[in-house]
Amino acid sequence: MGGGGVNRARTDRRHAGFAAFVIHRLSGVMLALFLPLHFLALGLALDGARALDAFLTFAELPWVKVSEWGLVVLLTVHLTFGLRILALEFLPWRGVRKRWIGWGAGVAVAAGLLFVVSVR
Amino acid sequence: METRLFVLQRMSAMFLAPLVIVHLVLILYAVRGGLTADEILARTQGSIGWTLFYGVFVLAASVHAPIGVRNVLREWTSWRGHSLDVAMLVLATALMASGLRAVWAVVA
Amino acid sequence: MSNESNHLQVSIWRGKSEGRLVAYEVPARANQTVLDVVTWVQRHREPSLAYRFACRVGMCGSCAMTVNGRPRWTCRTHVRKVAEDGCLIVEPLRNLPRIKDLVCDMTPFFEKWQRAGGRFKGNAGRGDPIPRLDPSSPQRRAADAAIECINCAVCYSACDTVAWNPDYLGPAALNRAWTLVNDTRHVEQGRILDTIGEAGGCHDCHTHGSCVEYCPVELNPTASIAGLKRRTVRRLFATGDA
Repeated sequence: MGGGGVNRARTDRRHAGFAAFVIHRLSGVMLALFLPLHFLALGLALDGARALDAFLTFAELPWVKVSEWGLVVLLTVHLTFGLRILALEFLPWRGVRKRWIGWGAGVAVAAGLLFVVSVR
Repeated sequence: METRLFVLQRMSAMFLAPLVIVHLVLILYAVRGGLTADEILARTQGSIGWTLFYGVFVLAASVHAPIGVRNVLREWTSWRGHSLDVAMLVLATALMASGLRAVWAVVA
Repeated sequence: MSNESNHLQVSIWRGKSEGRLVAYEVPARANQTVLDVVTWVQRHREPSLAYRFACRVGMCGSCAMTVNGRPRWTCRTHVRKVAEDGCLIVEPLRNLPRIKDLVCDMTPFFEKWQRAGGRFKGNAGRGDPIPRLDPSSPQRRAADAAIECINCAVCYSACDTVAWNPDYLGPAALNRAWTLVNDTRHVEQGRILDTIGEAGGCHDCHTHGSCVEYCPVELNPTASIAGLKRRTVRRLFATGDA
């Protein structure tokens, strides 16, 4: 075999499909990290409504609300980009459905905005 | 095994999609005017519907997340092989246990 | 282009397994391809520069290299379309071992092609009648949509999953496997499904779509791989075999 060794070259990944993959993966990882915390927080209700209320009061802190906004956006984008993957894998082929990426991101932004106006 | 994991991943995704949509709509509705424990529990306690909803949600998420995390670890770290598979099984069990406990906490 | 000089600043990767980018100044012409540029460097500046080409008219795929970070056929890449401010960076294809300078070892690429079951095997002999294939059948149309691959390895180089997962067979090998899975004359379809259904097979594809983005023949390995995924699911539910 030949020289072997380094087989990287600089790589230009600037196309929509790759960006969608990165966002889908990172949002998934962050949601996976969040999930145990979510379950533990809800589990406080085992100690009664007051215990859960104490946590919800803590959750009124601004940085927590910002994180909640982030999670809403991440969940929505993971959902929409995931639906695109299911379409690409199981529906008749109609190209890489690039437009779904734009729409998916748009729906996630909209969900974030709805959260901002709803939370008070 | 890869085919089985793929099927589990995609099927759990198909279950999760409508559940996530309902969950998001509920979040946007429930946070209006502030969130209190009484509000949440009034909705969920004693409800067969919410028990089933969140029960299925937890089961599907407990399958979906570890399979996804497994892909990430195999590609972006040097961890692969049997020990990774076992770790993901442990993660799935832990998510299922703590998730079903959380469901119980709000419906019982 | 903001660079008003009539020269291009070209950086070409030189070396074997270790190496570096070496800068050359190349006269800019009104119509030139990246292959023209590399050839000029080899003829006028660096006789020992190693690179591959053959047809130079966009048919054989031999001249595939990484140009400004993108895997392309250099004979079909006009400098004016890719040179940012008169600068070019030319490197060998990604994901393949390097032999010298711009030349890669294609062996792993072809090994995966074979491993995925890319070799046709029929059971008809010389005396048997010619099998009738309906070109409009869904299976034949699926095969025909993917059959034009000339093994240039651009998709293999473009694929990040190939870079991150050494077991992954890659878009070209899986695309080929899909054409044979749809070839009714092929007798080893079960073997293909066995291979592409395990680690390194079609389920490792995460639908980045870089292969579709860069294929010079405008093929859709992502679509072929999705087809393979559906086949493995169908087989699992029909027979219980993964």
